[in-house]
Amino acid sequence: MKEILSGNEAIARGAFEAGVKVASAYPGTPSTEILENVSTYSSINSSWAPNEKVALEVAIGASFGGARAMACMKHVGVNVAADPLFTVSYTGVGGGLVLVVADDPEMHSSQNEQDSRNYAKFVKVPMLEPADSQECKEFTRLAFEISEQFDTPVMVRSCTRISHGKSIVELADPVTGLPAPALVKNPRKLVMLPGNARERHPLVEQRIVDLSAYGDTNPVNRAEYLSEDIGIICSGVTWQYVREAIPQASTLKLGMVYPLPKKLVREFASRVRKLFVVEELDPFIEEQVRAMGIEVVGKELIPLCGELSPGRVRTAFAGTSFVPAVSATPLSVEKLPSRPPNMCPGCPHRGIFYLLNRLKAYVTGDIGCYTLGFMHPLNAMDTCVCMGASISNASGIVRSLQPEEQRRVVAVIGDSTFLHTGVNSLMEMAYNKAPATVIILDNRITAMTGRQENPASGYTLSGEEAPMVNIPELVRALGIRHVVEVDPYDLPASRKVLEEEMARPEPSVIITNRPCCLIKGDCRFEKGTVLEIDQDACTGCRACLSIGCPAIEWKPDASGKKGKAWIDPLLCTGCTVCQQLCKFNAIK
Amino acid sequence: MTMSDITNILLVGVGGQGTLLASEILSEVFMRAGYDVKKSEIHGMSQRGGSVVSHVRYGRQVFSPVVPEGEGDILFGFELMETYRSLPLLRPGAKVVANNYRIPSPSILLGQESYPEGLEGKIRGMFPDFMLVDGLKIATEAGNPRVANTVLLGALSQRIDIDESFWIEAIEKLVPRKALDINLQAFRKGRVL
Repeated sequence: MKEILSGNEAIARGAFEAGVKVASAYPGTPSTEILENVSTYSSINSSWAPNEKVALEVAIGASFGGARAMACMKHVGVNVAADPLFTVSYTGVGGGLVLVVADDPEMHSSQNEQDSRNYAKFVKVPMLEPADSQECKEFTRLAFEISEQFDTPVMVRSCTRISHGKSIVELADPVTGLPAPALVKNPRKLVMLPGNARERHPLVEQRIVDLSAYGDTNPVNRAEYLSEDIGIICSGVTWQYVREAIPQASTLKLGMVYPLPKKLVREFASRVRKLFVVEELDPFIEEQVRAMGIEVVGKELIPLCGELSPGRVRTAFAGTSFVPAVSATPLSVEKLPSRPPNMCPGCPHRGIFYLLNRLKAYVTGDIGCYTLGFMHPLNAMDTCVCMGASISNASGIVRSLQPEEQRRVVAVIGDSTFLHTGVNSLMEMAYNKAPATVIILDNRITAMTGRQENPASGYTLSGEEAPMVNIPELVRALGIRHVVEVDPYDLPASRKVLEEEMARPEPSVIITNRPCCLIKGDCRFEKGTVLEIDQDACTGCRACLSIGCPAIEWKPDASGKKGKAWIDPLLCTGCTVCQQLCKFNAIK
Repeated sequence: MTMSDITNILLVGVGGQGTLLASEILSEVFMRAGYDVKKSEIHGMSQRGGSVVSHVRYGRQVFSPVVPEGEGDILFGFELMETYRSLPLLRPGAKVVANNYRIPSPSILLGQESYPEGLEGKIRGMFPDFMLVDGLKIATEAGNPRVANTVLLGALSQRIDIDESFWIEAIEKLVPRKALDINLQAFRKGRVL
């Protein structure tokens, strides 16, 4: 049976067909939909973890118990999960263990574009890279076989264009006859005391040699000989771009990007006159091929930054003997107003960022929808590094400042991000008495990635009710003495609390209590009365525009110099934040 | 068959407008009609009201999920300024089907810039095969303003030589059951424009 599936759907299908029993993940674009789709297969115990390290450790545990297990994350999630990852490389697995990582070249929805392939080499584990949805499914299945055959965790690397691309997939039945999970004691293999780890390390090194030989003959790597003049080594979606941009080229398509199949690479190199590597981001394959003593051209032509495309590959080769120089000038259009993303109408974060702007706060930010507090006209974010960093950055920055500047430092973090890695940071802040203010923007959901449940939302991935983390109690338990809850739609009350807590020369936490306005289905978000601007009462002072709400529009008059504000009734959620800014009672 | 036998469709609009469902329906149509299909789009941050572009490609064998720059055959625009912005993605002589609908960007909302004038004429000047559809008006007449995208899909379907039955099957598969009738009505209204 054929279906058109996204890469993420196909990875989930591959896990199902491979007989996976346990899957865990933390949401992160572009990986999120893998677990959401895994949760549709009742044979798999699937769940959200508070962060990627925990997700991987859950999967490792399941593997130790003999089950096939999978953890999924975005590229930066691997940084969080790196600690267990490096050591599970030594212990090896029980049931097959696969870590799926989705990279985001071009940073469509990420803070960096790190190339996860480097992890495979660093950790010394094999990495497979599918080039379409069919391969997403096949390679996920294969990854479990390799994992068990070579006693190794296996990484499967996707990217935005694979995860969020769709193509046709032939479905298959799940495997049968896998051994039933059971407790088997093997502490010398699984307890990584130095003495045991020393025994494991040589096995890890030999494994990479063995896997390279496996890749020489396994069809996961595939040479296609066309022109003898040009040979291109590539992998994943880049292979698709190369096939399209330079159709005459011979290609060595690496389905396993680490370890390299050295014999196959040498053979391919010997059969073409000019050898290239085309790869997105780092010269990962190129450097290894060059280290083998083979002459190769790579990043001299291909950009290091951003994603590739058929056009970018063609441009890189333009003017060589393989692709004619570009002659046609591309079509251009007049400059237009840009359209950056914005917080939704009714977003509970908006009023808080308006106040932070007005109070001239120095805001250490974090990862989530609220990072959009950076945008004009809110302009209320000064730093954003990684998940959880807002609180620890604030704790660090206040240490060298005078009291009048210390007061201005406010960390903002969402509920899901707080539970991800913010708890440790807040523990540090309380423990070391750093006098900064933290706002936990608790909107009851992991919003930016598409509204996933989390340990404070009251539901699991599969929609079952779950114990809710009591965030105020947790914050108090960490040693924070001043904990205040506010309604972020109530600007005067929020302002008063912010002023008080910012002035306080000790750590304090403010928790906002309005749910994300996009949570549907269970009445967690209640829409208010749609507001209207009385055009007679409006003086055109523009105060309501200062919050940057997409529902409020400036309507200039005929002169273009003056005008009035107008609320789009289809967008307004009745949050009343703009109403509280109107000094003329024009908003009703 | 050569690369040029691949048809490249670009769907452009503003995050949250429903371009994802439309690209989903298109891909389903082409698969049902027996073609190889690939599509690509971006989720995440850009979905919060930013400019969005989805790529759908079909033909005998499709490699890249991304339409090569300057090779779009059909532009399917859900918003007028985004339609105009995306014209450089097209090949000369491409077809444009667009919704006559304007969503102000943040700087326009604030009154710092204004919504560009005369876009319809500018688009037509560059791409004479341009169909501008009053999606919202027709959808409202059909009984629900929320099916404007399906009206547009109907209009687009006139420009693509694929049997109507595949379109209907794809809509039946992907649109929620309770909204099916109104969507089929909207599709048919668009198809006869």
